[in-house]
Amino acid sequence: MRKKKVSLTIDGGRVTVDEGTTIMQACQQLGIRIPRLCYHPELSLMGSCRVCIVEVKDMGFYMTSCSQKVWEGMDVQTNSPEIRQARRDIVELLLDNHPQDCQTCERDGNCELQNLAHAMGVRARHFEGRRKRFPLDLSSHSVVRDSEKCVLCGRCVRVCAEIQGVTNLSQHGRGFLTVVTPAHGANMDDSVCIQCGQCINVCPTAAFLEKRGAGAVWEAIARADLHVVVQTAPSIRAAIGEGFGLPPGTPATGRMVTALRRLGFDAVFDTDLGADLTIIEEAHELLTRLKEGPLPMITSCSPGWVSFLEKFYPELIPHASTCRSPMSMLSALTKTYYAERKGLDPRQIFMVAVMPCVAKKYEANRPEHVLDLPSPAGRGAGGEGAAAEGPGVRAEAPGVASISPLPLGEGQGVRAVPLTDAVLTTRELLWMIKCYGIELATLPEGEFDPPLGSASGAGDIFGTTGGVMEATLRAASELVTGRPADRLDFTEVRNVAGLRETYVAIGEHNIHVGVANGLTNAKILLDKVKEGKEPFHVIEVMACPGGCVGGGGQPYPPEGFHILDPRLLAKRAAALYAIDAGKKLRKSYENPAIEEVYDTFLGGPGSEKAHRLLHTRYAAKLPRGIR
Amino acid sequence: MSTSLPCPATDNWEEVRAAARYALGEPIAEFIDQCRREPQPESQLIAVLHRVQAQFGYLSPAHLDAVAQLLQVPAATVAGVASFYHFFRLQPRGKFILSVCLGTACYVKGADRLAQRIIDELGITWGETTKDGVFTLEQARCLGTCGLAPVLMIGEEIHGQVTPDQVPAILEKYLKRARQPAAGTAGRG
Repeated sequence: MRKKKVSLTIDGGRVTVDEGTTIMQACQQLGIRIPRLCYHPELSLMGSCRVCIVEVKDMGFYMTSCSQKVWEGMDVQTNSPEIRQARRDIVELLLDNHPQDCQTCERDGNCELQNLAHAMGVRARHFEGRRKRFPLDLSSHSVVRDSEKCVLCGRCVRVCAEIQGVTNLSQHGRGFLTVVTPAHGANMDDSVCIQCGQCINVCPTAAFLEKRGAGAVWEAIARADLHVVVQTAPSIRAAIGEGFGLPPGTPATGRMVTALRRLGFDAVFDTDLGADLTIIEEAHELLTRLKEGPLPMITSCSPGWVSFLEKFYPELIPHASTCRSPMSMLSALTKTYYAERKGLDPRQIFMVAVMPCVAKKYEANRPEHVLDLPSPAGRGAGGEGAAAEGPGVRAEAPGVASISPLPLGEGQGVRAVPLTDAVLTTRELLWMIKCYGIELATLPEGEFDPPLGSASGAGDIFGTTGGVMEATLRAASELVTGRPADRLDFTEVRNVAGLRETYVAIGEHNIHVGVANGLTNAKILLDKVKEGKEPFHVIEVMACPGGCVGGGGQPYPPEGFHILDPRLLAKRAAALYAIDAGKKLRKSYENPAIEEVYDTFLGGPGSEKAHRLLHTRYAAKLPRGIR
Repeated sequence: MSTSLPCPATDNWEEVRAAARYALGEPIAEFIDQCRREPQPESQLIAVLHRVQAQFGYLSPAHLDAVAQLLQVPAATVAGVASFYHFFRLQPRGKFILSVCLGTACYVKGADRLAQRIIDELGITWGETTKDGVFTLEQARCLGTCGLAPVLMIGEEIHGQVTPDQVPAILEKYLKRARQPAAGTAGRG
């Protein structure tokens, strides 16, 4: 059925649009971009900031163009001295009780409020308004909440509820004292927050930020007694170029490796190899589960998703793959296999992971992700002695994750060191490279270091939704049939829409698979699993929209794109698929580096040692989320 | 492989549900059950909060969390609604509410001096509750009995033409009543 058309006048020009179009959308068709703040195209309408107001003839008041639908014969004025003045007044009032600390703010240069104020022509602060005073919430390993910078646009509340289905945030109180917090003003750490960081992404100011990790990394690099190793997740190479003027979707693997080496890291490893390892362990786990259950097996690489599982669907924990994430697998190998080969004490190794994700900061701090080491002689139960050794780097300032080794297991002759000592987001690495003065765009191509630097294309596509599934299917099809896979591309599981279900034939098995990104989509699959009507075999869940390419730690979008923009996510994903397609090595099984790890160190997939180093466990956590 | 190991029981729903029912008491829990059987149970949130406040006098985080679990509305939403409306109280209130009328007639008849005496006697200010949980001090805007100015309302009882010097004796009377278990107005909001 064809939509009814509506004709209207915008700034004196006639335009015909579909019925139901908003004024803002109609303007967009004419190439007029109305300023906006609370509006976000991927979220529901709120219409609370009033920045997008326009004049409509014969209406006695300005209308919000984001929410007002057009009508036949409407006469809209988007720019007049009065409307510009009104918008400027609105932004000035928002600024009046906003901190005046732009130069020292994390979002300086990337702040939507700052950009908006400039675009609206705010050049002076006419009033010194009352300031909001709220404590800084540093309780979470991942997400820092600074309500003094909040402009109450409500985007975080909406992304948390609508995209992630978590609803951890709401506006509490009323009037001037309104504040966005978890229930009862609780700390982020005591809430149902899953640490995905999408609130950081959509926030127009610095009211939500990741907890900083760069200071600890700089210090570790400067220390002569530490061997500082870095690993980078698949999706970093697909996004980091955006910060240096490369068009979105430009793979920058080699240049990124060179930049990391120049920053001073002693070894640069590829998380993709961890992904290859995850695939092999997961494919073996799937084979066992096909015989013994429980099915479906649900992937567990995404720490935001794991957190969601533990808080919202704990009854499905037995379905989660016990495999550690690629990051933790690679960290475990670095502190054991690599340490042995290099003749290093694992305590000398400082493991840095660059991730598209803020929840990885939380994952690195989970007590399960530690390496138990025999205590050095004479230091058995010494709390003080223990604290003085190892890569214990002091915290630089509030907001910095503590990276001292966890004092777990002390006193039993065993000391635990964290597998991963520091996690940086893509944004933080981007800043470090800029801070150092490295011009990434013009760097020569570098290569990851052996023995943990070569990966198959299956590892690369881990960074996008459907990629883990595709990589698993490549491996499982050989494992099940016992002969080389007849195809490598499983385009039917590539999932741009957010939710996908299909059947994939492998040997005589017809595998029922589900892929979801964004936890509101995941809920749909999980509820089906609970109902048990259509039994699934494998489900891949990534917490963030588009998978890791849309992670909570990825760069703020370049000019012409908005955050969570499906076009931007598709470009980053395309970069990963291009890297995969361009590799000779596309199957995790054929990765010689992995073969060597299994042959010389782990003793085969699913072995006792592999299980100790590469697998983990989960537990129901409180507060329980409402789904 | 771990999959051959028995799966541990991981679901904590029954404990969460039982704790929530215990926090609210069976009558309210049953009312919520009834809401859940109707379409759009979340639209009953405010009705449920009214009952909880009527029962307990205020809405504590534990009450709100329990409502969230039983009604299956996210706790952040429940707390957001409860904190928005002036009617809902998030702090416990005293057994007796002292409402000092600060309307024009009472004011010119010395309500400010009356209020100051109460503040001095109890050591609390507007909106606060005494440590023993007996009195909460609030302001009222004209109680419609200007002939009795200045007016002090305690619970549902009106005291007219109160002078500051009468305050200690009045408070003592209610304090005594609060100490007798059968008296008082338990359950009043």
